[in-house]
Order: sequence, then structure tokens, then C-alpha cells
Amino acid sequence: MSASLSRAINVLKKVIDAPIASYLNSCVHCGLCAEACLFYTETHDPKYTPIHKLEPLRRLYRQEYTLIGRLLKAIGLAKPITDAELEEWKELVYNSCTMCGRCSLVCPVGNDIVYMVRRLREGMAIAGHAPQGMITVTKRAIETGSPMGIKLPALKFQLSQIKAETGIEIPLDQEGAEYMLLLSSMEVINFPEFITAVAKIMRQAGKTWTLCSEAFEATNSGIQIGVSEIAEEIVSRIVDGAEKLRVKTVISPECGHAFTALRWEGPNLIGRPYRFKVRHILEVLDEFREQGILKTSGPEDARMTFHDPCQIVRMGGVIEPQRRLMQMVAKDFVEMPDSGKYNWCCGGGGGVSANEDAKELQLIAFQRKKEQLEAVKAERLVTACANCRIVLEEGMERYRMDVPLVGLTELIADHLVEANNVGGTG
Amino acid sequence: MNEFQLLAFARGIGFQIAVAIFLMGMMLRLTEIYSLGRKPNLAEPRLVSGASGWHTLYRRFAPPPGMLQTAYITYIGGYVFHIGFMMVFLLFAQHIKMIQELTGLSWPPLPAPIIDFITVVTLVAMLVVLVDRVRAPVKRFLSGFGDYLAWTITFLPVLTGYLAVKHLFLSYTTLLALHIVSVEIFLVLLPFTKIAHTATVWPSRWFNGNTNGRKGVPV
Repeated sequence: MSASLSRAINVLKKVIDAPIASYLNSCVHCGLCAEACLFYTETHDPKYTPIHKLEPLRRLYRQEYTLIGRLLKAIGLAKPITDAELEEWKELVYNSCTMCGRCSLVCPVGNDIVYMVRRLREGMAIAGHAPQGMITVTKRAIETGSPMGIKLPALKFQLSQIKAETGIEIPLDQEGAEYMLLLSSMEVINFPEFITAVAKIMRQAGKTWTLCSEAFEATNSGIQIGVSEIAEEIVSRIVDGAEKLRVKTVISPECGHAFTALRWEGPNLIGRPYRFKVRHILEVLDEFREQGILKTSGPEDARMTFHDPCQIVRMGGVIEPQRRLMQMVAKDFVEMPDSGKYNWCCGGGGGVSANEDAKELQLIAFQRKKEQLEAVKAERLVTACANCRIVLEEGMERYRMDVPLVGLTELIADHLVEANNVGGTG
Repeated sequence: MNEFQLLAFARGIGFQIAVAIFLMGMMLRLTEIYSLGRKPNLAEPRLVSGASGWHTLYRRFAPPPGMLQTAYITYIGGYVFHIGFMMVFLLFAQHIKMIQELTGLSWPPLPAPIIDFITVVTLVAMLVVLVDRVRAPVKRFLSGFGDYLAWTITFLPVLTGYLAVKHLFLSYTTLLALHIVSVEIFLVLLPFTKIAHTATVWPSRWFNGNTNGRKGVPV
């Protein structure tokens, strides 16, 4: 057995817990999870059935943790897991799984399949069987603090550009601010208007907020690739930054995995609860709305729909705030079929969009989203995840769809009552 | 061994051995599974009405929106055969009598013609789900020896029970003996085959519902 395979098996043995054992014993191969997975529904290839993606984990569990499996292994009747098999499974575990969690929502016996995929990725990654694109991104995140290599000078440059264009001074390292905003690299580079939008909203709400120069990046590549140590390191940077600045609430940006990683996995990664709250930007905006400090005007007549990012909605629990916010700015807000917690993934989550090997499959899977969009004939598409935005734009370009796309935070900011009267905050 | 000896064995020592293996097997399997434990969740929970492990225990009985139309054979076949199997087991007069002898508990049975009808429907539903398993690409792809073994050892007690009651093909004594033996095979293999899901499905639903319920997602 190679050293890498040995490491993989050791990691997998450690991550198998009672829920995983219970799930693996409960599966009756009904195949319903396939109908919930866009990689199956758009290809009709049975190999993309979610529970099948866990086959190496199932066999290892059986061989290590059941009496009969151990007996079969002892007499040489159990099929051992090999490096070649894990390499083959890379396509199933990484390329064709966005960790959207839809399979976990429909399984009649209650199996949380995405939880098991996440654990299987831990073994795959440690053995070097993760896609090269994700390995590169993860290394960059550790070395530079950002999966896209965005360092502090690049952020400061963007902030100076925002100031030059809008007159807004973005607060940096303000101790004692109520909120600390995190960003995804994509927002810094591709969607800096998100930062401007938050600044305008905070200004109107009269709230103090800041960015942290030592922890502005929210994306957690460690979660996506499946290396808990790296995920912990990335979360720890944020925790250290937030505690140093003594903020009350850390705001996760419009990025799905960043939110799940920080809000739901973070405390378990660092081994203790936070001393601050974590809220997604949509939750913060909804709180402002409820408090009457988010004032908008001029709801648009255009027919709008909302793409629910899986990690924010199904995996993150932010289901209703975006709907209430949409009602503030859209007179004709229409829900796609299977919206809310049943929404279909854009096809690029879970690191798939960072994986060149998966690009073609991602675009095939996008047909499900295309179908959803065509069903409502929206004139404008709104979402709240920078990665979803990129993937949706790629998909719509491939299928020649002409639906303008905007982030919800920006849309809200565009409708602020005093949108033109902004200045520095913090 | 003639049919009378087989029946005596099945009703006597055979039954005792089967029940003993079943009980010890279940204890072993459940210990193997649940002694693995799980780490405490340190993330601050989000409390939402209807989002918990307990809600998921019953919520998963119902198909999610659109799934019934997509996979109607799986759902309807599954409902019919599970409910039919339990009704025949728990509401047939002879079964209630046996349970009363073992435990002292009893309840009113369903009339024999109704039990006959339910048995036939259950057998048909089981045959339909078997054909579907062989024909549907995903199920055929996923299925292995364990899946067909589980189907066989579940089907045989229902079939032999019906044949015995109707005195079809073989003598009543032989069919009754075969029925009891098939039930004993079912009991012996239950903990070690896919039929173990009868026990693990409940904690599985609870774990999933609890994990996602903490996030405020009713699943």
C-alpha cells in the first residue's frame, strides 16, 4: 500500500462516525437520489447517482467497522481500496458533485449524502486525488490568504478606486465596529460594486462597520477540497481578526461556501464557539429591514426571479430573508419551479467551477437551471453568491440566454432612498 | 426429515435459534454502528419551527414536491409493499394468536378475505418493484447480490404464508413449515443484510434532520 493511500484510509477511518455508519446501513438502493442530482438528470448516466459516489467509503466502512466485513477482509474476500480506484472516483466526488445537498433532502431513509461526500473528499484530498485546479487554488489560499491570490495591496487599490469613483471611504481595521465585512476574492476583482453597495446600506442604516486587513477573504478552499486543517487555518484567520477588532458580528459576503464554512463548520473546526455572531449579508439586510432602517423606493416593474445559492439556502438556512428583500425592490417577483430549499444548483459549487476538468460537465448540468429560468421568463435574474454569478453568466453565455444578472445587495443599494447621498462610514 | 418433523423443528428449536441470532445480531450491529458516536456541534443553532430530527422522522414518509411523478413506481410500490407487509404481519388472526402466546398482547384481527386481498396486493407490489429494479437503469446499476437477497428473503414469507392459507400446490403442513422456516431465515439475516434499514432508518432520519434542523432547514 502506498503512503498516500495509507494516509487516505487513516483519514477516512477517522471521519466515519455513527451518522455515516447509520446512513450506509440504511441505503436500500432505491435510486431516488439520482433524480435529485443535476449531473444525473442532465446526463442520465447512472454513474452520477449520488450514493454511488460514496462506494469507496462504503466499502472501507464495511471492511473496518463491521464484523462480517472484517471477517471477509481477513480471508481475502473483500475488495481492497486502491490508489487507482480513488483516482477514478475523482470525477464522481469532485467533478460531478457541487455539494449542493439536494440528494440529502430527498433520500427517503434520511441519508445525508452530501455530509458523506464532504468526508470522502477528506480522504481523497489527503491522498492527492483532488483535481489539480482545486489543489492550486487551495495552495494559493494558504500562501496568499486568497484563492485568487488577492493580497492586501490589491484590496487597498480597489478601495481607493471605489473612493475615487464614488467618494465613499471604506473603513479598514476599525476597532470596536459593530460589523466586520468579509469578501470573496471574486467580489474584490469582479464585483467591487458589492463593497460599494454595503457601504451605502451601512451609511443609511447608521451602523459602524469595517474590513479587516488581516482577514478580509471569506472563501474557504479547505472546505471545498476537503482538508480540515486548511479549512481550520482559514477560519482561524477570520476569528483572530474579528476578535482583535472586537466586532459584534462578522458578515459573510454573497458567497455560498464562505457562509457555510464560517457559520456552520467554523466553530467545529477551531473546537470552540465564536465570541461574535456570524450572519450572511442577506440576514443583516433583512434585520435592517425589520428594524425599519433599510429604506428603499421605486420598486421595478421588470419581471425578476431569484436564484437560491445552495450553500446559503438549503445548506445554510437563509431561506426567507431574500424573498422579503426582493419584495422591496420588485413589483413582479416570480419564483422559479423548485425554488427555496428545493432549488437546483447552478452547477459550479463545491469547487466545480475552479476545476477545469469539470467545465464541460458543468455546462451540461446548467441545462437544469436554463429550464428553470425559461419556465418563469424572467427579465432580470438576481442572486446572492459571487460564484453562482460567474457560473450563471458562463451558462447563459453558452446557451445564448439574455437575462441581466445582478447581486441582491447591489439591487437593494440601487434602490436606497438616499442612494445618492453617501459618504464615508465607520 | 418429513414435513411433520420439519414443522416441529421450525416451531421449536429452529424458532428459538432464529430469534436468538436475530436479537444478538441486532445488538451487535446497532452497537457497531452507534458506538462510533459523533462529535458535538459547536455552531450556534438557528431555531426554526419544524426543523429538527424529530420532524424529519415523519417528514420523510412523504415524497418531496415533484418526486412522486418522477419515480411513481418506487414510491407507490414502496408504500404498498411496506404497508401491506406490516398489515399482514400484524393484523392476520393467526399471527396475532402467535404474538399473544409469546407476549400476552393481542388486538382484533382483520377479516380473512381482507388479509387475503392485502397479501395478493403486497406480492404484486413486490414483483413490480423487483421488475423495476431489473429494468430501471439507475436501480439496475446500483443493485448487487445484497439487494436481490433482501428482496428474496422478504418475499418468501409472504408467498409461503399465502400458499399455506390457501392450501395451494403442497400440503398445508409442508407449506406452514416452509412459511415458518422462511420467517426464521428472514429473522436470521435481517441484521446482516439491507433489511437492517428497518432499524437504522429512524436514527438516520433523525441525524439528518438534527444536523440540518440546527441550521434552520426543515429537511
